[in-house]
Amino acid sequence: MNDSSDENWLVRPSTIRLLWRVSIVVLALTVLAQLIVKIKGYFVIDGWFGFAALFGFLACLAMVLVAKFLAVFLKRDENYYNDRIDDE
Amino acid sequence: MSDLLSPALILVISALLTGILRGHWRTALILLAPVATLWAVWQVPDGVMSTVTFLGYQIEPVEGSALRRLFATIFAIMTFAGGLYAFRHARWYELAAAQAYAAGAIGVCFAGDLITMFIYWEMMALFSTIIVWCGGTPAARAAGIRYAIMHLLGGIILKVGIEGVAVHTGSIDIQPMLASNFDTWMLLIGILINAAAPPVSAWLADAYPESSPTGSVFLSAFTTKTAVLALILLFPGEPILIWVGLYMVMYGIIYALLENDARRILAYSIVNQVGFMVCAIGIGTQTALNGAAGHAFAHIIYKALLFMSAGVVIYRTGKTKCTDLGGLYRTMPTTTICGIVGALAISGFPLTSGFVTKTLVSQAAVDQSLLVVYFLLAAASAGVFLHAGIKFPWFVFFQKDSGMRPKDAPWNMAAAMVFLSLLCILIGVFPNVFYQLLPYPVDYQPYTASKVVFYLQLLLFSGLAFFLLLPLMRRTRTISLDTDWFWRVALSSVANKSAQVLSGLGNRIELSLGQNLAKVRVKMARFFDTQSKYKGSDNVHSFRSQPIGQTALWIAVLLTAYVLVYYL
Repeated sequence: MNDSSDENWLVRPSTIRLLWRVSIVVLALTVLAQLIVKIKGYFVIDGWFGFAALFGFLACLAMVLVAKFLAVFLKRDENYYNDRIDDE
Repeated sequence: MSDLLSPALILVISALLTGILRGHWRTALILLAPVATLWAVWQVPDGVMSTVTFLGYQIEPVEGSALRRLFATIFAIMTFAGGLYAFRHARWYELAAAQAYAAGAIGVCFAGDLITMFIYWEMMALFSTIIVWCGGTPAARAAGIRYAIMHLLGGIILKVGIEGVAVHTGSIDIQPMLASNFDTWMLLIGILINAAAPPVSAWLADAYPESSPTGSVFLSAFTTKTAVLALILLFPGEPILIWVGLYMVMYGIIYALLENDARRILAYSIVNQVGFMVCAIGIGTQTALNGAAGHAFAHIIYKALLFMSAGVVIYRTGKTKCTDLGGLYRTMPTTTICGIVGALAISGFPLTSGFVTKTLVSQAAVDQSLLVVYFLLAAASAGVFLHAGIKFPWFVFFQKDSGMRPKDAPWNMAAAMVFLSLLCILIGVFPNVFYQLLPYPVDYQPYTASKVVFYLQLLLFSGLAFFLLLPLMRRTRTISLDTDWFWRVALSSVANKSAQVLSGLGNRIELSLGQNLAKVRVKMARFFDTQSKYKGSDNVHSFRSQPIGQTALWIAVLLTAYVLVYYL
């Protein structure tokens, strides 16, 4: 193992570029696979072309945004409870 | 006689011996007792083995069925894997408590009646609390006390339900019922508390991450899953469970997304996964119950695996926060790979155990034409990949370089992780072998091209969402408030305030009472003319400061009065 961390193959900018390219190709292939494989939609719309891809992406977007929104009310410093104990 | 002996007793004996034996003998005990238990589990035939009458109730200590053996099997496997993972690092009393805790879980599996179930249930509460305390820090002690209070409270509610059912129906048999009256509601609530259902889900993420690196592996496996088994046995098809389950699924995802502590992320994702099972139990068809049971089996394996990989990181670095971790893949390849296998399995990637069990639950929703449930479960599957499938390994093993170069897992921890990783993959690759263990016959094929393409799209695009939204998910050194705020802050400040008010009130009452009593006493002393030291007003203060003497005097006065009245 090479000790100088920035030389690690996984963090080199060239590797990261390659990983993005490969990932995009794989993503595209999973959608294009629907040209060959007919997805059996149980409720009609889930059989549409690229439905799962869009649904998955939007579901994640929604969950992250909801979490972000709730964080406004719920987030506290990590010592929130500890400080309270010290106060008493 | 042997018909009355539950397989759980092997682990009870082993737990007792763990404290006595030393060295290799103890190691052998910890590794072989679960194997012996597994053998005993598979000797239990279907049906009630025998009954004894106790206080007028028909107690059935051992009742077998495919479902009960399935849960007992995974509990025994987990006791073995956890023992292998922990035996060189955990203290003996943590190992003993873990065995007793597992014994409680296996006892619940074979309990034929509610009283037997309750006894093993409380045994689990007791010994799991000890495991939380084995975390050894002040935070672990405090969390352990909160954990114990929550579970004892749940136990009381369960007990109220059991007694209600016993009195009103005359039967303590474990049989399917619906939450239709006070008794059954208490029973349901008591079980749901152990399943980390709302509004008390917070106990789980409060307590489990405070335990030792080895302790959290055991904790992740037993309590919530015995609750799932109890729900399958007692409340299959209870409609409210569908919505309780869906709430848990979403709650787990949202809180895990906000969390910074690696083990707390995993703790929230337990609630999320148990939500899938609870939802399936609410659907209640044979496919759904197969899905709930199968998913519990698969979940115990991959969640323990994830907690093991997090445990190795904590053991080697002493850090648990995502903000402190990162880049560990360089020197911890085994832990990283096993962690990724667990993360893929929990996400339900094809060829892992999660895929063949979670899609059973979705199929059950399809069969019942539950459109909203189906799409919420699909969204949740995407969310699981987001919060556990990528977030956990990414922030712990990759993201930035934390500069730490810890050693990889010790051999026994690595062996335990590899063992569970192989199980995750084997179940995923040979689902039909696994399906034979399920309680009902399975007429379901997980690997159709249609399903594989659907889930690959769903999951991979969730992954894309993660990396595109990474700026929104930057870790901060924060925690998120949960319902435990009500008992950790609100309740304690109410208690403090009322204690102040009461003690003020008490002081005042004591003062006036003391003064009056003193006056009475002085008068009485004069009346009886016994001791001259009671005379004089200076003595008033000494009465106030000696409440015990006062009480004793009053008791003497009352007794004298009583004796006088009696003889007159």
